[in-house]
Amino acid sequence: MSGFDKVVHSYEEAMQGLEDGMTVIAGGFGLCGIPENLINQIKKLGVKDLTIVSNNCGVDGFGLGVLLEDKQIKTMIASYVGENKLFEQQMLSGELEVILTPQGTLAEKMRAAGAGIPAFYTATGYGTPIGEGKEVREFNGRKYILEESIKGDFAIVKAWKADRYGNAIYRHTAQNFNPMAATAGKITVMEVEEIVEPGELDPTQVQTPGIYVDRLIQGTFEKRIEKRTVRSA
Amino acid sequence: MTLSREQMAMRVARELKDGYYVNLGIGIPTLVANYIPEGIEVMFQSENGLLGMGPFPTEEQLDADLINAGKETVTTINGASIFSSADSFAMIRGGHVDFTVLGAFEVDVKGNIASWMIPGKLVKGMGGAMDLVAAAPNIIVMMTHADKYGNSKLLEQCSLPLTGAGCIKRVMTDLAFVEIDHEQGAFILKERAPGISVDEIVGKTGGKLIVPDNVPEMEF
Repeated sequence: MSGFDKVVHSYEEAMQGLEDGMTVIAGGFGLCGIPENLINQIKKLGVKDLTIVSNNCGVDGFGLGVLLEDKQIKTMIASYVGENKLFEQQMLSGELEVILTPQGTLAEKMRAAGAGIPAFYTATGYGTPIGEGKEVREFNGRKYILEESIKGDFAIVKAWKADRYGNAIYRHTAQNFNPMAATAGKITVMEVEEIVEPGELDPTQVQTPGIYVDRLIQGTFEKRIEKRTVRSA
Repeated sequence: MTLSREQMAMRVARELKDGYYVNLGIGIPTLVANYIPEGIEVMFQSENGLLGMGPFPTEEQLDADLINAGKETVTTINGASIFSSADSFAMIRGGHVDFTVLGAFEVDVKGNIASWMIPGKLVKGMGGAMDLVAAAPNIIVMMTHADKYGNSKLLEQCSLPLTGAGCIKRVMTDLAFVEIDHEQGAFILKERAPGISVDEIVGKTGGKLIVPDNVPEMEF
């Protein structure tokens, strides 16, 4: 088919080329909108010494948490690491390096990388441990720190629907970090619940244009809920 | 009597104004949503990418793709919008959110806040708190006046690593409503909890506290 057709037919093909020591940017917030099958494929590949960039690190046994089981993550760049026991153990034993990064700065690091911007100034973190050792500059009487963008060797993202060209839309708050992650990978792999033909998505509604997507695969998703909160009808 | 968490939330909610976009931090601040004054409309922002957060879903409405920043399943109200994390923090960092309520371990007379890390204890991360405190023009910190050992949390200088420098102007505690004058380097006692004496508040405030001639009691 067309040179714009991004569809691949197996998860092996989707993650081909991932090697030890690479940096992987992953979309998702908590367990919402995570590329769960692509993560499982990374586990299957057994690659080590990865730097993972994602807001959180999954939970024990699900999401990015599964990559801790065989100690595949060397460095984790995240804003909040939550209640993950294996994570805690590996962090305390020094096997896992954790670079805590404010959530907005993390989103901007991905966005900037995707937009070809190597670094940006932000007030977030100035005067805190996060700002230590970083260049400070004053604009209009306020102090800002210089934060560098983060590019991934791979970016793995989860969208709701995409056409074969990789034009994608997200569902509800499963969007979160996915659109920025999609722009920030040298190779961006997207998994979706449904692949449709070009022309089926309204161009006005497309949230990630296919230009950012290198490989596209349709999967089935468990979509585990981290905190199930309901009210009586 | 010291204020209950609900009373603290009630008092903070009186600062809400019609048309405010509001971000409530995880924990006690979320209680503020239960006490929106009658006749006004506010919209809640959740930093994972939702403006117009509604109540928890019913079993039928439950949707794994719709959560808040505390990772709880939620709903949307009519007029809600959903966007990426970059857009969400553009709203926050760009100063577009009208009102923010956050918890803290310590606040000091320079408006510094420490809320994310206790050295020696496991650090789970700052999430969006550093972005919120650095940017929000209108923040209220909600916390107990002293810790469980009686040590003041309103200090001359924060002892814990900061979440943000010089960004807090108002603090709601279980004893008092306090403003911070950064230039004078002092807390100013604005209101006290019913039945709580000025002396008790003075005794439990570590940093310099200015006590005006008249400090009204809050009414509930």
